[in-house]
Amino acid sequence: MRAVAVVGIGKTAFGAFPDRDLRSLAVEAGQKALENGHASASQVEAFYLGNFAGPSFTGQNHLAPYISTAMGIRGVPATRFEAACASSGSAFFHAVSAVAAGLYDIVLVAGVEKMTSQPTPKVTEILAGAGDLCGEVRAGATFPALFAMIARRHMYQYGTTREQLASVAVKNHQNGAKNPLAHMRKVITMEQALAGKPIAEPLTVYDCSLISDGAAAVLIMPLERAREFTDQPVRVLGIAQTSDNVALDEKDDITTLRAVKTSADKAYKMAGVQAADIQFAEVHDCFTIAEIIAIEDLGFVPKGQGGPYSLAGGTCLHGERPVNASGGLKSKGHPVGATGAGQICDVVEQIRGQAGERQVKRNTLGLAQNLGGSGATSVITILGAA
Amino acid sequence: MNDLGAGTIYTETVVYSPPEAYVNDVPYQLAIIELSAGRRVTGRIVASSEGERAHIGDRVQFAEFRNNVPFFRKQP
Repeated sequence: MRAVAVVGIGKTAFGAFPDRDLRSLAVEAGQKALENGHASASQVEAFYLGNFAGPSFTGQNHLAPYISTAMGIRGVPATRFEAACASSGSAFFHAVSAVAAGLYDIVLVAGVEKMTSQPTPKVTEILAGAGDLCGEVRAGATFPALFAMIARRHMYQYGTTREQLASVAVKNHQNGAKNPLAHMRKVITMEQALAGKPIAEPLTVYDCSLISDGAAAVLIMPLERAREFTDQPVRVLGIAQTSDNVALDEKDDITTLRAVKTSADKAYKMAGVQAADIQFAEVHDCFTIAEIIAIEDLGFVPKGQGGPYSLAGGTCLHGERPVNASGGLKSKGHPVGATGAGQICDVVEQIRGQAGERQVKRNTLGLAQNLGGSGATSVITILGAA
Repeated sequence: MNDLGAGTIYTETVVYSPPEAYVNDVPYQLAIIELSAGRRVTGRIVASSEGERAHIGDRVQFAEFRNNVPFFRKQP
């Protein structure tokens, strides 16, 4: 296995862009990543695309070559990966695996979603396609409802409170307000977060991530060639993807996402590090409860302590272990197919010391956690200064 | 269809923001029910009176299937 490095990153702004189509967003991110990595389209040997529901949102299929050729990447394998909200995390995992195995040297990974052209009930229905259509979804489950049921059970088993959930939203909005590419650059108060419009009890609108358009891209290659392209390569120290049942009612204990634990264990082992060594993280806060469970399942805090730790400020930008310095899915936005690649970009920016007002102090070892559905896919990536 | 029998609420929520198919149903209570037979199933809770809510740990009884969705009622 060869060591793999990230040499280029590129992101579009995340937001609602009625004038932009899916392809133009993906092309913008891809071209920025190539430029950032000082590479040209003709050097790319394979294109890996993460996209959840382009065909449902826009009608367009066969998306990978549709996008890659528009960037001038020609004649190489171009393939779309679908793993719900972990689509581009999964594309990145498979791209890294291929480079590590020696199949290719220079590979471009992109993630994209164009969601805002549909009304909210339609978006809710398309997103619900990441659940079990013959069971939970037919009964009326939406993704907010599934995570609301997880939150209720977590509150019941561990005493997690509404205020603890809201503290995650307040913190992520504080960070996102400092991110020029974030969808909602707005600070919110605890009072606002607690008084939000109910979506699925106990979750309010402030507990839910945003419906966004956007794209992100990452250029990778073997570490041994990285310095030909950049003087700031970032090394992929550990990476793992694991899976679990799609339906929430098939999981034994819904307060733990088993795939997150198994993928984290594998990635820590590969990197030769422990949870306590991770200095900062971008985690998949599709809902506030998801961030609380993530920091528990990643081993940052003991099970059941995610709520108190969040409320006490442990995950704040200048706290003990900053989580979602980017603003997270909550404030930065959640164009689902772009989220995993976007997290990689955000961790790389931190390690390079380019995160501006959002810069964390201890920045040499970071983690990205990308989740699909209610935990059926999990991708964990550990990145470090090369 | 079989009678699913009795069960206990494992977790629940009330949905206010529905998918397209259920825009006329909101708000509705959704729950994962641990059936006495052992397995879990996701279904709806029908309120016997206005504003009745079922909570984690409450006993429920299978009422009927509507379009293949199991509906349960809180036991008095």
